Amino acid sequence: MVSSSLEELSLTADVLIVGGGMAGTWAATSAAQAGAKVVLVDKGYCGTSGVTAAAGPGHWWVPPDPPGARDAAVANRVAAGLGLGEAEWMYRILDQTWRTLPTLARYYKFGVDDEGRVNHRAVRGPEYMRALRQQVLGHGVTVLDHSPVLELLARSDGSIGGARGLRRQDGGRSYRIEAGAVILAAGGTSFLSHLLGSHTNTGDGYLMAAEAGAEMSGMEFTAAYTIAPAHSTMTRSMAYSFATYYDAEGRELDLPFGPDQTIHLARALQRGPVYCSLHRLPDDIKARLHTISPNVPLVFDRWGIDPYRDRFEVTLHNDGTIRGIGGVRVFDTDGTTSVPGLFVAGDNASREKVAGAISGGGNVNSAWALSSGVFAGRAAARVARSAARRTERLQPLGRTGLRPGGRPQTLDVAAIRSSVRAEMHPFDKNLFRTGPGLAASSRILEDLWSEVADRGHAGTIALREAASLVATARWSVATAAVRNESRGLHRREDFPAQDPGLAARLLSGGLERIQVALDRPSAAARPGQLEAVP
Amino acid sequence: MIELIVAERCTDCGACIEVCPANVLDPGRGGPPILARVEDCQTCFMCELYCRADAIYVAPDCGRRVAVSEAEVLASGRLGRYRKHSGWDEWAEQFPNEQWLMETVFRRAGEAAAQARAERPAAAKE
Ligand SMILES: Cc1cc2nc3c(=O)[nH]c(=O)nc-3n(C[C@H](O)[C@H](O)[C@H](O)COP(=O)(O)OP(=O)(O)OC[C@H]3O[C@@H](n4cnc5c(N)ncnc54)[C@H](O)[C@@H]3O)c2cc1C
Ligand code: SF4
Ligand code: SF4
Repeated sequence: MVSSSLEELSLTADVLIVGGGMAGTWAATSAAQAGAKVVLVDKGYCGTSGVTAAAGPGHWWVPPDPPGARDAAVANRVAAGLGLGEAEWMYRILDQTWRTLPTLARYYKFGVDDEGRVNHRAVRGPEYMRALRQQVLGHGVTVLDHSPVLELLARSDGSIGGARGLRRQDGGRSYRIEAGAVILAAGGTSFLSHLLGSHTNTGDGYLMAAEAGAEMSGMEFTAAYTIAPAHSTMTRSMAYSFATYYDAEGRELDLPFGPDQTIHLARALQRGPVYCSLHRLPDDIKARLHTISPNVPLVFDRWGIDPYRDRFEVTLHNDGTIRGIGGVRVFDTDGTTSVPGLFVAGDNASREKVAGAISGGGNVNSAWALSSGVFAGRAAARVARSAARRTERLQPLGRTGLRPGGRPQTLDVAAIRSSVRAEMHPFDKNLFRTGPGLAASSRILEDLWSEVADRGHAGTIALREAASLVATARWSVATAAVRNESRGLHRREDFPAQDPGLAARLLSGGLERIQVALDRPSAAARPGQLEAVP
Repeated sequence: MIELIVAERCTDCGACIEVCPANVLDPGRGGPPILARVEDCQTCFMCELYCRADAIYVAPDCGRRVAVSEAEVLASGRLGRYRKHSGWDEWAEQFPNEQWLMETVFRRAGEAAAQARAERPAAAKE
């Protein structure tokens, strides 16, 4: 996109929200309800963009009655989280989700089960996001679609006071928005795998947060993968809970449904193609699959496959930080970061404290996206109110891909994207990790980063996306290289056991040079044990 | 990826251009939208859902283009089926949103797997 001759669009707001998925729209609603003037900008279209819209999010949902139910749910999750979860945070998001979700009834027709009970927790993505858009507009929020943010703007004290971006359906016209506080809700990233709905999520929110001085947490937990028919994006797993798998010779594979199924499937895929049949899906579900998840049968129908009789080839797509859990380190459920004026919500934030060391997909991530959005909206409105309007020049913070450190040069963005994919998707590099493998990935990613940082100047969204992808991959690989153990989503072939000394969260950060450090060092961990990655 | 917009059906409403998260389409000159950046298509089917004229065909294939014949697609009855099964617009009464069944399916799968595990040692003995 060539810089446009059109005049820059300039807006002011109390609260600016970057990203209009589940987290961003709940944040916008709550900030507006708190009396703030809100602007929400999305790279794509608020209502169809992001991973919520194409999926069917089930929320973590436990009513307060009977009283022991939440205690049991939280205790289970704390245990499953392998030392990285925090009960207190879990209680808070459970409660907020339970209070808030039903309030969408004005815009979303919640399902009624066969017994006539309303089900609030499982919603269908396109309808949910359409409803959230209507709710946001109903609260008077200004929505700018097709307006990717390129960089944040800072005040002289380092606090965040706005953002700048491009209007891609308006001739590439640039815009800037000054705001009392900014919430980053730009989602996670699958590193451009074919995970359904994830293509606009390139980790921009992580890079922008890091440029403002924030740290990441849990970036090693990017080894989540989801099944899909080969050559499709349909990473919706429900029907596969009853799948039967076969190798190329037609022999049935022993891949029972359960938490380790993905690992076994990945190992089988390393040996050769894997085929699948859904014949064991109960007949009553077969008959209703198109009204449960209408996009799932759509793929088979168009390919002329009868999934209940024919065997079709399957693959696994990487979930990165989307069903994984890393993101910007947060100090509270309201997404407070280490940077004044900057909040994060949803997948843009680390979800370790609510999900632990295992995937947050399935229910916790949605409950987090909703409640962190609600809490952040409220908190940002408060900060914006107290921040007296100062008229000062804001400093743009974007570097890599915008303002080169050396002699500018035109870069091959497609090649950079492929290189990131090649380090972050293969099972032998990202799922079955080894020290030497991670070191090799790190060298490649460091070279890519230097190239973009030194030469990249176009200031296009594509180049900034490339920079964000490389930055996110670097934090992930560096953190995985330091966690010399296997825990939850992170598995090291050279360290297959858990190390009690590493029952703690790992922080990562830095742009030119990456650092990894222990958060809340556990008693057993020796200080200084973790070194900056060379 | 998006492969086809059927010109005779398209009412030129522009909805698909607006809702496409990946900005794949451009307005056409006095005709249907142009598939301007198909390589950016994320195969999410959103454009189909929002096209009330059922004029769009997205092939399930991602990362590769496939040849699609307009005549075949028209004859197949597949155009608009996603919108129909989703119970959007005029289909609201006939196709209820049964997303709530998802958790039941997972629960039943878990129970079936547990039962299979319990039966396994016995089977091995035979
Ligand atoms: C297929 C699938 C099924 C899932 N099912 C479940 C489930 O059942 N239960 C569960 O708990 N979780 C589930 N998850 C995870 C859950 O969907 C996510 O955690 C949740 O949607 C995150 O919401 P979000 O708002 O943070 O991100 P998103 O919904 O991805 O929204 C991010 C938004 O930011 C925008 N954006 C990105 N970059 C920029 C930029 N530079 N400028 C402006 N805007 C930008 C994007 O366009 C997008 O609209 C699933 C995920 C997938 C992929
Ligand atoms: S949404 Fe359908 S009818 Fe409207 S412009 Fe697009 S293809 Fe044509
Ligand atoms: S399938 Fe999705 S990304 Fe592709 S053109 Fe349609 S809306 Fe756009």
